[in-house]
Amino acid sequence: MAAAVTAQDKRVAELNVISRKQRSLWGDAFYRLIRNRAALVGLFVIAFAALLAIFAPLISPYDPLEQHGKDGLMEPIWTQAFGSKFTNPAYVFGTDTLGRDNLSRLIYSSRVSLIIGFVPVSIVVVIGLTVGMLAGYVGGVVDDFLMRVTDVVYAFPDLLFVIIIVATLRGTALGDAYDGLLVIFVGIAVVNWVGVARLVRGQVLSVKNREFVEAARAIGAGPGRIMRTHVFPNILAPVIVTVAFAIPGAMLTESVLSFLGIGIRPPTPTWGVMINEGFIVFSTTPWPVLLPSFCISIVLLAFTFVGDGLRDALDPRSKM
Amino acid sequence: MAQQLLEVTDLHTQFFTRDGVVRAVDGVTFEVAAGETLGIVGESGCGKSVTALSLMRLIPQPPGKIVKGKIMFDGADVLKMDDDEVRGIRGNNIAMIFQDPMTSLNPVLTISRQISEALELHLKMDKSEARKRTIELLDLVGIPSAKKRVDDYPHQFSGGMRQRVMIAMALSCNPKLILADEPTTALDVTIQAQILDLLKNLAREFRTAFILITHDLGVVAGMTQRIHVMYAGKIVEKADTGELFANPKMPYTWGLLRSIPRLDERRKAKLVPIEGLPPDLIAPPPGCRFEPRCQYRRDVCHEKEPPLEHIPNSKPDHEARCWGTQQGGWLVDTDWRKEVGDTRIIEEIKQEVAQLPPEPKPGDVPPPPAAI
Repeated sequence: MAAAVTAQDKRVAELNVISRKQRSLWGDAFYRLIRNRAALVGLFVIAFAALLAIFAPLISPYDPLEQHGKDGLMEPIWTQAFGSKFTNPAYVFGTDTLGRDNLSRLIYSSRVSLIIGFVPVSIVVVIGLTVGMLAGYVGGVVDDFLMRVTDVVYAFPDLLFVIIIVATLRGTALGDAYDGLLVIFVGIAVVNWVGVARLVRGQVLSVKNREFVEAARAIGAGPGRIMRTHVFPNILAPVIVTVAFAIPGAMLTESVLSFLGIGIRPPTPTWGVMINEGFIVFSTTPWPVLLPSFCISIVLLAFTFVGDGLRDALDPRSKM
Repeated sequence: MAQQLLEVTDLHTQFFTRDGVVRAVDGVTFEVAAGETLGIVGESGCGKSVTALSLMRLIPQPPGKIVKGKIMFDGADVLKMDDDEVRGIRGNNIAMIFQDPMTSLNPVLTISRQISEALELHLKMDKSEARKRTIELLDLVGIPSAKKRVDDYPHQFSGGMRQRVMIAMALSCNPKLILADEPTTALDVTIQAQILDLLKNLAREFRTAFILITHDLGVVAGMTQRIHVMYAGKIVEKADTGELFANPKMPYTWGLLRSIPRLDERRKAKLVPIEGLPPDLIAPPPGCRFEPRCQYRRDVCHEKEPPLEHIPNSKPDHEARCWGTQQGGWLVDTDWRKEVGDTRIIEEIKQEVAQLPPEPKPGDVPPPPAAI
């Protein structure tokens, strides 16, 4: 009988210990994100593209700028099955007009795309967060001033504004820096920070009146500390989602500019540049256009999937 | 007087709104001794919370402003301090427990980070020290297996536990004074009793002074040494707790007492709510502020505001703001317990209400009764 009692006591003791495994809010969100199949696929595609970009010199079979004069306009090897005679097993994805290897150019292009995706968007986030948090938290005249500036920038049509900036700066030191990469950074950052700033301001306005902010003030936290430890983590989720959608937007802008011939300077390979160059020979062979288009689509789709997944994962109302 | 921890003199806090100046706190004077527990009681919107926030200079500004007055805390005037000095006092010397524990904790930070914040800020503890102290504090306020739960997020805690966490936060720097603004309003009755017990024990153990703000006389009865009754931005009655319940001297206090259910009532006595609503603090009544709702009113009540004065037939520190119960008044010998109230006036008010234009939507919920 005594043994039974101890066993039961043990059981009660076990029940009394709160033993559920801890998961932080972010851990929870990550769990929900990878449970989303589309987002998971997207993450893998992005990781794959990132690996290609980082190890491009090791992976690509040729120098992307090397011209194989005699082997111009080769078609990808799989077209052999459909009766194409212009294939060469040395160039799996074929070559362009100047005999440059398509595969190597595609791989190197992912570098530019990912840089365009991350660098200007980081600038956008920094500017947007600073402006939005200042406007939202300080309020008053500061808010009015910053938001009027935002409105002015917001009023310009995005792409047109970037085109104007890029075209105006063409030929200057800034315009030509890094094959025109720098000026595209600037253009994309200038038009995109306003969206983030507005979003952040709205979020800050709603968070700063929550009671826990007042509680933080009541324990003696100053404005800087309140913004950093109390307001910022609470507005992060929508900012992350916006960023996830801003990245493919920026990539697309670069491609459009390059396709129009005012983006990245050739010969630097980017998917936009490749489409632009391939367009001339489109009636002869579609591959120089199709291949980079396909790459753009896949990467943009991957980012959009991840963005969707993030939005669902970070929304506290969608508990799984 | 010299040993008072907190002395508030003639405090005026006003809110400048589009409709006019709201005199939320209008000339409040009181003091709290070290280790004492003071109750401030009154209806919603009578200035209790604004008083508390004023003490910590937490009034949102604009639209609010402390227009006049003096708040001496531990020998220094809080109203004359610069922002840094005030911040040094908040959480360190004066702490606050908020009404709703569901919204007063930051949902994205762990419990340990929120409690550690004050420790790191004021006591300059490093992370591991602060964590150790946090676990001690959680133990102290009765959180089971505190060591395991420090890294939990607020949503993993129940309402009562969260209020315990808020209390732990308030206690973290051993403040001399804790302002508890309706600490039990958002909790259910059994948890209320536990939290009140906890507060009482902590007050005794640490000799911390408490100001307990509530609309529930039942809450302050067992907790406080003295009670101040507030109405429309003014203190209308001050007395020791026992004295106030035994011998209240202001018709408003009578009304409050009549409207709480009592366990020891033998007959099936009806609760008598106070009719009407508190006055508009933009244009308060000219005389006694309770006059429009008072069933014992006379002409003098409408003409002149009564001073807060010692009342005959009561203990020496019992003060009330009423012409009727003051020396020579018509209520001196009235026993409020026997008075069910002048039903005629209640009828009058009911008729007035009936004559008001009907609500725009018939499906609307009728306005809640004006009981506390």
